[in-house]
Order: sequence, then structure tokens, then C-alpha cells
Amino acid sequence: MTTTNTQLLRFTTAGSVDDGKSTLIGRLLHDSKSIFEDQWDSLQKSADLAGGSEVNLANLTDGLRSEREQGITIDVAYRYFATPKRKFIIADTPGHVQYTRNMVTGASTANMALVLIDARNGVVEQSKRHAYISSLLGIPHMVVCINKMDLVDYNEERFREIREEFYEFVPHLEIRDITFIPISALKGDNVVSDSENMPWYHGPTLLSHLEDVYIASDWNLKDFRMPVQYVIRPLTDEYHDYRGFAGQITAGRVKVGDEIGILPSGTRSKVKAIHEAGGSVEEAFCPQSVSIELEHDIDISRGDTLTTMENLPYTTKDHDAHLCWMHEKPLVLGKKYLIKHGARSTKVVFRELHSKVDVQTLEEKFEVTEMKLNDLGRVKFRTMAPLVYDAYKKNRYVGGFVIIDEATNDTVAAGMLRSPEKAQPVPEFTDYMI
Amino acid sequence: MSQYKLSHLQLLETEAIHVMREVAAEFERPTLMFSGGKDSVVMLRLAEKAFRPARLPFPLLNVDTGHNFPELNDFRDRRAEALGAKLIVRTVEDALEKGIATQVPGEISRNRLQIPTLLAAIEEFEFDAALGGARRDEEKARAKERFFSFRDEFGQWEPKRQRPELWNIYNGRVHPGQNMRVFPLSNWTEMDVWEYIKLEELELPSIYYAHDRDVVRRGGQWLPVNDLQPPKEGEEVQNLRVRVRTIGDIMTTGCIESEATTIDDIIAEVSAARVTERGGRADDKVSESSMEDRKREGYF
Repeated sequence: MTTTNTQLLRFTTAGSVDDGKSTLIGRLLHDSKSIFEDQWDSLQKSADLAGGSEVNLANLTDGLRSEREQGITIDVAYRYFATPKRKFIIADTPGHVQYTRNMVTGASTANMALVLIDARNGVVEQSKRHAYISSLLGIPHMVVCINKMDLVDYNEERFREIREEFYEFVPHLEIRDITFIPISALKGDNVVSDSENMPWYHGPTLLSHLEDVYIASDWNLKDFRMPVQYVIRPLTDEYHDYRGFAGQITAGRVKVGDEIGILPSGTRSKVKAIHEAGGSVEEAFCPQSVSIELEHDIDISRGDTLTTMENLPYTTKDHDAHLCWMHEKPLVLGKKYLIKHGARSTKVVFRELHSKVDVQTLEEKFEVTEMKLNDLGRVKFRTMAPLVYDAYKKNRYVGGFVIIDEATNDTVAAGMLRSPEKAQPVPEFTDYMI
Repeated sequence: MSQYKLSHLQLLETEAIHVMREVAAEFERPTLMFSGGKDSVVMLRLAEKAFRPARLPFPLLNVDTGHNFPELNDFRDRRAEALGAKLIVRTVEDALEKGIATQVPGEISRNRLQIPTLLAAIEEFEFDAALGGARRDEEKARAKERFFSFRDEFGQWEPKRQRPELWNIYNGRVHPGQNMRVFPLSNWTEMDVWEYIKLEELELPSIYYAHDRDVVRRGGQWLPVNDLQPPKEGEEVQNLRVRVRTIGDIMTTGCIESEATTIDDIIAEVSAARVTERGGRADDKVSESSMEDRKREGYF
């Protein structure tokens, strides 16, 4: 597909209730001219009804009635804006303590985390929690906006203090790249245009940072993995024996002629053809959705993983993972849940609650007795069918999973797999078996 | 390694194809809602790409309000035939006759009446998933919609009970009688849709392009004049060069004055637009929560 080379940056905003997160988003939309007249009119109308108060940009994102009534954001809201350089998707997640669930959800697909800190309050527990969750979810870039600079007289000293405070906490994080920007979302300083009030700051504005941060290397291009999602079988005269193994490449690259393994069955074959959205190609890469034809007629079905033969993933039934519990009903040890990982759904039983992270202090606590809504922790579990995976840390899209309660079908948890404790035997591959 | 980069449209495309295949794999009886509108035209192309060289693994479904633009219905039928896809049409007229849908006095638009008609069609064919072309950028109640949007036995959407969606993993499990609305274009914007139509050279119903039409000014909009909608007393019928930006009920879909006769003209117009796409639709204007209310009831 030959198209404009506009890149897409997905970022998540995290901030405490009064950090002005929605105001900042409104400001980005408004100043980048992504807000329309009728949206503006409808905001104005709400403001007029409320008694001639100032237009509340937060009403742009808080779309549900109960949110407007309570003046809070309940759920992850997705917002879109574009500049000539890039397109942006914002996952706007609420900052209340009870909504860790949403923060984790929003973070799962983001390239960048935008952490907001109120310049008056400095680094509070909530800012740390946001940073920690972003790191746990493997977001590669972080921008820390020290907001409400107007309320601390645009004081450089204050900005430095907060930055130092945050740096003390950075060793707990695994984030490649952190940038600090002093802003005022309400007044617009350093959001889209340079601030005249902070001549001491020489860095980029938030928008120009969003436009320029290097994201091309965010996808994992090593070690080909593709969970088979669907088998395309036209069953027509023309394509009588055609079988296309369709799926999204979750890591690496694959070329026609490559030898690939199929796990967990342990068979192997060669790539005969690759079809992606634009047509047939010689090579495809993560995160393209493709359909792959193989040289041999092998029994492969949904849930199997195609992999490079060079660096094999783990194939095991016993797992160790970070888990975020997302449901009102707490985790029950010994109960059978469903796990969905890649295109595989299988039964799972939690064996052990290893530890829990106190989301206030971020200390790891052992001797855990329960995992309940919005808890983050580490668990051990066993699956009925083996999972084929890499550690989440190495590869987000190969190491993430969700837990489903079979009785209600609710998604009750999401997790990030760690490398298994026991060394993994290298599977033996059989050639071209049916 | 510049060759291993995807543009934003390619990323959106790959995501949408992944979602469509997930639907085909996880559901017993999915359908794709196809109206002939621009978003559903994009949906159809993505579905073609997701499953080729096989045929679409689901039928197309359209709820015909009886107030559809005739150009739209012609186009809808022609496209379905060209693809060799099965097209199911259920009409509001029929639902009214059967008493499934009831008109409220004074109600002009049939937008609300689509809801019971759609729910009845889902029940009739026992669809467990319906793919739709809705986008999160359309309206703020949609901004919190999931890709896989769970609906209970009454077709209702419960915003507070939505399933969390992480990475590219979707929970498509439903019990009998329940169903899933699935929105592969969730992350697309209006501009993305137009750019994709241009890139893929997709044919659209003619009313998206500038044409001469009799219209009247009503409620701050140019509304098309036709047999269903004669001019009211005192209204002056004008023949203007117009096009539609979004297609809904013919009674309430405002036309915009436009000279845009090519896709490039439209893209230029959309970039310069200062009103959202649904700003021309009276059905959304009833209250600040009108979309949320309709969605709760089972609107797509």
C-alpha cells in the first residue's frame, strides 16, 4: 500500500482527579484545531445551563451521563487528533485509585505514557502508581508534564525539585526514555506553543515532543511469532487445496522460503507464500495481519503458533505472571477460569498467590491471601493446554493474556507472562507430518 | 530499517482485519451490517481482504428504514451482488406492520425505529455477532465503546459493565441469546475513512459527491425535499449544489453545500470542516446524551 507516511502514536494520559488531565486533552484538541464548532457549541450550551460558568473542556471526553453528573471519568475514553506530522490516539484513563483496571487497559496498547503532576503537590502516590503501571505494561516512552506551573509562578526551582523527586523513583521503572516538560494546561503554556512565562525552559513543547519522539523501533522485529487466528479455506475449484493460516504477526519478520516451526505440536515446514492486506509479498513483519501458505499439508488450527526455528518461544503449562485483577469478584484459588492468550483459549487454575504490589507505596508484599479488584500482583498458574510465549518484558504482544470467568463470560483479569522458573526443554520437531 | 514501518492507515487496516478474523473464528453466526454508507464500504473492503481468496464467511445485513436514499439502496444491492455475498434486508415498514416497532406521534425520523427492527433481525437469524462500521471519533458516547461491545438478551449496552480490552486480545464469549456488536473501525477517524477510500479507489453512492438537489432550510440544516418530505408551508424550495457528509434517515440527514465532485475535493473539504460529521444529523441533537440513550437500547 503506498500511502502518506503519517505515523501513528498511541499515548495514554494518567493523572489524578484534579491534575487537569481532561483540560490538557481539551487543550491539545482545541489548540491543534481538532475540536469542531458543534462540539464547542454543545460545550458552551452545557456551560450556559450550568449558570454561565466557564466552558469545561473535560466535557469533551467525559461523554457518559453519569460522568458529567459526577464530574469524573469512569472509563477509558479514546480521543483522536492529528497534526500534519502525526496522527494520535489518546487513551484517556481515570486517575482514581479504584480504576487501576482502566489504566492497565489504556496502557496495554500505548507507545507513550503521559504522566501529569500538579506543580503545587509534587510527586504524589498517584503519579508514582501511573508511572509504575506504565512501566509494568511495557510502555517504551514516558513524558512527565509538570502541570499548573501558573500556580507556582512559573518557578524553575519548583520544576527542578519535582524532576529530582521523580528521578529518585525512576530506578523502580523500566522505561527507556523519560522527558520532563513544565506546562500549564489551563493557560496553554508549553502545550502547543512555547511559553513566554518560562524563558528558562528550552525543551520542546508537549505537542512537538509528541510529534517527534522516535517510535519506529517500538515494535519487536526479532524472532518471528504468529498465533494462527483463522484458517482460510476457499473450498472452490480454483483454490481446491488452498489453506491460508491467517493471523497478526506478534513479533519479528517472516520471508517466503523461511523454515518455520509450529508449536505446540512440534512440526515444521517452509513458507510458500505470504499474503498481506495489499497483496502477496516476499516478506512480512510485526504487526501486519497476514495469511501464510506453507509447503506442506500440516494440520494446523486456531491457537497454534508459527515461529522462527532460530529462537524458540517457551512451550509450557506452568506459568508465572504479573496479574491485574479487574473484577468485583476476587480471584479464587483452585477454580477453573479460561485464559485467552494469542488465539488460544484454554482452561486455567491459579495455584499460588506469590506477591502483591501495594499500589500506594509500590512495595511488594508477600504472604498474600487474596487478589481483588484493582490488585496488582504475581501469581503462579497451570493451563490445560500449553501456552507458547515469550516473556512479556521481551515482547508485549506475545506475553500478554486475559482471564475470563466461564460462568459470566466477564473478563476478570489481565496478565503479563514472565519467563518460566524451570528451564525449558528444547522441543523436538518432526518433519512435515500430517 | 525504514522498510519495516507501517503508516497509520496500514496500522488501522491491520488492526481491523485482525478483528474481523477474530469474529469469524470465535462466533457461530456473525453478520456484517452493510448499508452502503461510506464506513460500511470500507468495512466491506476490509472483509474482502481479511478472507480472500475465500468468500466472506458471513452474510450482509441491512435495516432499511424505508427512508433510505434510493441511491444508497441501489448501490447496496449492486455491491453485494458483485461480491457474491448474501444480503439480508429487513425493513422498518415490516417491523411497524408486525408491531415490533411502534411510531411515537410526531416522530419524523425512523432512526429510533431501526433499533427494534435490528434486534428482531438478530433474533430471527440467531446472529451472535454483528460487525458494524461505527467509529469512536463520531460521538463522545462512542469514545468509550469497545471493539467487542457486549449486548445482553435485550440488545442493551451497559457502559459500566464493558469488558476490558488489552493488546489485541478480545473476549468474544456470549451465552445463547446474547450477542456482540463488533466495531473494527473503532480507531479510525472520518479523515482516515476518506483517505482509505481514496487509496483503495472505492466506489461510493453518488450522493456523497456534489449534485443538484431540491432542499429546504429547516432547523439550521438543508434537508432534501422528496415525496416523503414535502416542503412545509412558507418554506422555500431551493435547488442547490449539495452533498451528504454522513448518511442517515433521508428525513433528517442534512446536506451541505458543496462543489466537491472528486475524492480529493472531499478530503480537502473534510480537512477544512469546522463541524463534526454527525453535526448534520438532527437525531443526535435531541439531548447531550441522545447517542448514549439509543446505544443503551440497542442502537449500533
